[in-house]
Amino acid sequence: MQPDPGADPIIYFDNAATSWPKPAEMIEAMIGGSPGRSGHHRSLDAGRIILETREALAELFGSNDSLRIAFTKNATEALNIALPGILHSGDHVITSGMEHNSVMRPLRFLETQGVQISVVSCSGDGRLNPEDVLAAIRPQTRLLVVTHASNVTGTIQPIAELGQIVRDHGFLFCVDAAQTAGALPIHVDEMAIDLLAFSGHKSLFGPQGTGGLYIREGIEKHLQPLMMGGTGSRSEFEVQPDFMPDKYESGTPNTIGLAGLGAGVRFVLAEGVEAIRSKEEGLTERFLKGLASLKGITVYGPPDAASRTAVVSFNVAGVSPSEASLELDERFGILCRPGLHCAPAAHRTIGTFSRGTIRFGFGYFNNDEEISFALEAIQSLAGGSTEQ
Amino acid sequence: MEQQKYIVFLFPSVSHTLKAEKILKEQGIAHKLIPVPRHIGSDCGVCLRVTADRQDAAESALQGRVNWEEMVFL
Ligand SMILES: Cc1ncc(COP(=O)(O)O)c(C=O)c1O
Repeated sequence: MQPDPGADPIIYFDNAATSWPKPAEMIEAMIGGSPGRSGHHRSLDAGRIILETREALAELFGSNDSLRIAFTKNATEALNIALPGILHSGDHVITSGMEHNSVMRPLRFLETQGVQISVVSCSGDGRLNPEDVLAAIRPQTRLLVVTHASNVTGTIQPIAELGQIVRDHGFLFCVDAAQTAGALPIHVDEMAIDLLAFSGHKSLFGPQGTGGLYIREGIEKHLQPLMMGGTGSRSEFEVQPDFMPDKYESGTPNTIGLAGLGAGVRFVLAEGVEAIRSKEEGLTERFLKGLASLKGITVYGPPDAASRTAVVSFNVAGVSPSEASLELDERFGILCRPGLHCAPAAHRTIGTFSRGTIRFGFGYFNNDEEISFALEAIQSLAGGSTEQ
Repeated sequence: MEQQKYIVFLFPSVSHTLKAEKILKEQGIAHKLIPVPRHIGSDCGVCLRVTADRQDAAESALQGRVNWEEMVFL
């Protein structure tokens, strides 16, 4: 297949890093300010926009109280509230061998402060076995933190099963949903999730600089904020408010970004997470089948599209990931991502630690033709390579 | 003409107040956001005012969905 010369020459397969394109509504929401008559009305209108974003997210995550969601600038900040806020010297935390550095770095820091860490190994395709989590539980276990799906292999973890284990044992469950919010169904009650960290700029179609943390009722009593300061409430007191969401939302909010995020989440709700998932799974399946018929290609992660998000990491024999991605970009206009993807633990698990992988992250706006074109491009890379 | 009697709901924060406003809007209960009257003195800036005859309707609409700190007669 030849690319259509009249078409946009870019094929964007880096949605696992940040989604592109964004729905038109998202751009409009960010441009169209609120036409308040006075400063005061304007400020209330800004508050209403942020509330609508909160409400849309609460609906998406199955929470009946939108005020349980605190906004942050990304999933990383949300995890940096959750992990150091919950874990103190003497506590034990369980995590998986597939985590992003946004989980691992805070945990490795906390380890130096006296927190005990168990990193439960995953299978070669990145799956965490709930039995292994059970075996890691100690009397001091305070938290299980896992990624809902890996940003390297797309491997989906059995979140509901893990949540049940945590609930049965009476500690807390934190889920890194950076890769899955908007891409897979999430229900904080059915999955027994206590803390849910999400990115706004990936499958929620918001702008960069948006994200948040869902906090189950009661947990805020024991969860320190990362920052303190003005929140617009209780100005007469010099102590930080102790209630949601103000406890975690100090300083003037990113109203323009959150307006865009709200439009992105409403787009997801209108299309339906199931419809989005089904399209992305179809694209992934087509790509995996196509790769399986090529020579010299190693694919990582689960063999079936149903067990992963729309993320596929692979290698081409004799070509480094960075060379491959440069070729894909310059010769074919295919944008993807090479390297370790901020997750060294995951690369140790799948056996690609120093080499890394080429990662394709498909999105809702990709199509079958782009997948077919990419498969031909990869075939030509594989064919053109000389085994060293 | 008898003077209209009002009730105001005071919330912990603007987010709570705006959530309450949205609920009353959805339920078709007439209301108005007003700056917190000075003599009441909480400082979240705005509070929600309804006429006294709508107190019960407003209370049951908000009950269990958003917590208020105080309900004050004006
Ligand atoms: C699994 C995972 N966790 C955390 C993050 C960090 O997300 P953010 O960029 O919103 O901080 C990412 C994405 O980069 C991710 O893929």
